[in-house]
Amino acid sequence: MDMNKYLNIFVEESKEHLQDLNTSLLELEKDPDNTSILNEIFRVAHTLKGMAGTMGYAKMSDLTHKMEDVLDSLRNGKIQISPDVVDVLFKCLDALENYVENVSMTGDEGDEEYSEIIKFLSGISNKNNAVHTTDIHDNKTAEKEKNGDLRLELNIYDKNVIEKAFEESLNVYEIYVELDQKCLLKAARAFIIFQILEKYSDVIKSVPSVNDIEDEKFDYYFTVMVISEKEEEFFTKELASVSEVRTVEVTKLTRDHTENFKRKPDSDKKQAHEKEKKVKHGITDSSPKSTEKRITAKTVRVDIERLDVLMNLVSELIIIKTRLDGIISDDRDRECAQTLENLERVTTSLHDSVMKVRMVPIESVFNRFPRMVRDISKELNKDITIHMSGEETELDRTVIDEIGEPLIHIIRNSADHGIEKPEERISKGKDKAGNIWLRAYQDGNNVVIEVADDGAGIDIEKVRKKVLDKGLESEESISGLSDEEIIQYLFQPNFSTSDKVTDLSGRGVGLDVVKTKIETLGGSVELISKRGQGSKTIIRLPLTLAIIQALLVMVGTEKYAIPLNSIREIYNVNPEDIQYIRNQEVTVLRDTVIPIIRLHDVLDIDVKEPDTNKKQLTCVVVKKGEKLSGLIVDSLINQQEIVIKSVGKLLSNIRCIAGATILGDGNVALILDVNSIV
Amino acid sequence: MSTNQKQYVVFRIDKDEYGSDINKVTVIERMLTITRVPKTPPYIKGVINLRGDVIPVMDLRTRFGLPEKEADDDTRIIIVEVDNISYGIIVDSVLEVIQLDETSIESVSGFVNNVSLDYVSGIAKSDTRLITLLNLEKLISELVTV
Repeated sequence: MDMNKYLNIFVEESKEHLQDLNTSLLELEKDPDNTSILNEIFRVAHTLKGMAGTMGYAKMSDLTHKMEDVLDSLRNGKIQISPDVVDVLFKCLDALENYVENVSMTGDEGDEEYSEIIKFLSGISNKNNAVHTTDIHDNKTAEKEKNGDLRLELNIYDKNVIEKAFEESLNVYEIYVELDQKCLLKAARAFIIFQILEKYSDVIKSVPSVNDIEDEKFDYYFTVMVISEKEEEFFTKELASVSEVRTVEVTKLTRDHTENFKRKPDSDKKQAHEKEKKVKHGITDSSPKSTEKRITAKTVRVDIERLDVLMNLVSELIIIKTRLDGIISDDRDRECAQTLENLERVTTSLHDSVMKVRMVPIESVFNRFPRMVRDISKELNKDITIHMSGEETELDRTVIDEIGEPLIHIIRNSADHGIEKPEERISKGKDKAGNIWLRAYQDGNNVVIEVADDGAGIDIEKVRKKVLDKGLESEESISGLSDEEIIQYLFQPNFSTSDKVTDLSGRGVGLDVVKTKIETLGGSVELISKRGQGSKTIIRLPLTLAIIQALLVMVGTEKYAIPLNSIREIYNVNPEDIQYIRNQEVTVLRDTVIPIIRLHDVLDIDVKEPDTNKKQLTCVVVKKGEKLSGLIVDSLINQQEIVIKSVGKLLSNIRCIAGATILGDGNVALILDVNSIV
Repeated sequence: MSTNQKQYVVFRIDKDEYGSDINKVTVIERMLTITRVPKTPPYIKGVINLRGDVIPVMDLRTRFGLPEKEADDDTRIIIVEVDNISYGIIVDSVLEVIQLDETSIESVSGFVNNVSLDYVSGIAKSDTRLITLLNLEKLISELVTV
């Protein structure tokens, strides 16, 4: 059985199910009497068990099985939901997550047994288990009763074969094998047994038929008839050594038996038939559930690479459209212009649709945080509530995949450093429970994610001291820095103000990692903090990564693209309005002092001769977070949709360039990285 | 063809002939419009649009310390790919593709050449000609490690 092609689906779906379980379990913790949540948990756990079983992950399925037992007891009211039980169930989920993680990395579930958890689970569901075992017992005795006669009926052909065997003084055995009820891959087990049998004997008959056994269409037992020269004991021993075999009964056939066959009523057959039916029923029972779920979801799983290909093609199309636009812009008749407009409409909506396909609600990232915050607050003995909003905000899939880690860092920081201990909070006159707000919303072409807490805030003085200690600023220069500028130091590598390093944070590898990660995604991070009132981290991310609106500008003889989402406004400055503050050119825009950056200098472009006739300078005001800067350019060309292309590995180290794009005339224009210029 | 023969693209820069392993050459293009990229070494002329891909281009004249020359009808950009990095090299002209026997290639130790020996992988003799074989990985190693 080749399971590899199902591996990805298994991993994906398991992750989803585990996430569901996490969410439901959290709800259950808050609302222990809600049976519908419990039922939901039970259902998902059951599906998970089935999936793990089918894939042959015995440990995983065993663990879910135990979990199911506990859930069942909960459902039947045999045990009450207590914090202990919930904790163990959460631990189960973690263990299962580890299994799935292992599976996704290596294709194997790993060796971890989590016997502690299993023991605990069994402890909880003891009562339930007792019932379970008697069930099995009953079953077994029922089987035994039938044992007096042979289970198999033989047709004439079989009989002839047996007769012949007797003539050759070979032994004929009827072997009854019962597998352990916990056995997951019954078919595989049976296959092993058959292999052993075939090695030492000729199998002449099997009930259920070999085909059915291979298709797993049997309960936990089957009977075979074999011819062999070996002794009875040999088979008993060989087969019993196969693991997960509960009973092996080998009956030696005599001529009497063969006589018996003739008049054997087929009641057994009927029974077997009914059993089979039941089994089949069991299968169909569970399948509508899963299909039902699929119907409600109405989704198709598509490999992200395929979407990338589609995206690239759309990009190409847009380039060609822009090019076409450029070629016929000079003398276009009405019809041509109209067709071009239509084309533009189509390409724009095509682009939008492809983008939308790649968009995933941020919920998939957010929904792991309640669980995380719960764990952290337990660990730190803090009382923390997390409030989330805007989970439906959508982001590009590639961004979603990357944003989880940085957010975990930030939330951990808030929970560990930010929120104070309950006693401390009370003494400060705050509510005993700390709050963390996680908020996502769309702002133009950006998606903003805010993580705020009502904790202690950042101790600016402590940071100042640390900056001095590390020799990053001199005594003199630091006094000139504002609190905001001091906070920026937190984003430096190896900069931690925490007195002690905890499991969660404080190693000083946090915020700089967050910053680099988000900047590689084309976003920005900002940290605002009020001592005693809490802090707020604001992450801005671009909606799309591949195609953006940009303003094309002329600097010297070169064309550059500035992403439109970083442009605040454009205005003309009179040269005499430019003043100097500490050797930095600045100008005043509506009472705000903004630094002036001459792109000629940044981009090493020769200014042939200063155009003295020109009265005014064109200034493109760009924003980086809340900070504004003015970029001086020679002239503006137009606003245009551009496709971002990488400049390749060779030039990836150039700071001021975010990428390149191909213009309508086929030439390349560079995209300015506003974040690194200002 | 014996197994120790390899094909090389031979091109001219200034008065000298150079060769590059043909397996590393993707395509040879006529001169294209080059967009300058700021903050790069002088020998990086900029980037070109090669059928939708943006590819950096290096001027071997500048790289070898030779005087610059206006592009003309013979000027070519050879696009090469090494270690999954594509880049172009500007050459005065592309001459031919020849087969060289490994025995005709001599190591550069002991040679004195105006090309820094670092990016020369060997010197090949073909009849009366001397062809300097370039090490395309070394040409960009400075940029990759930065």
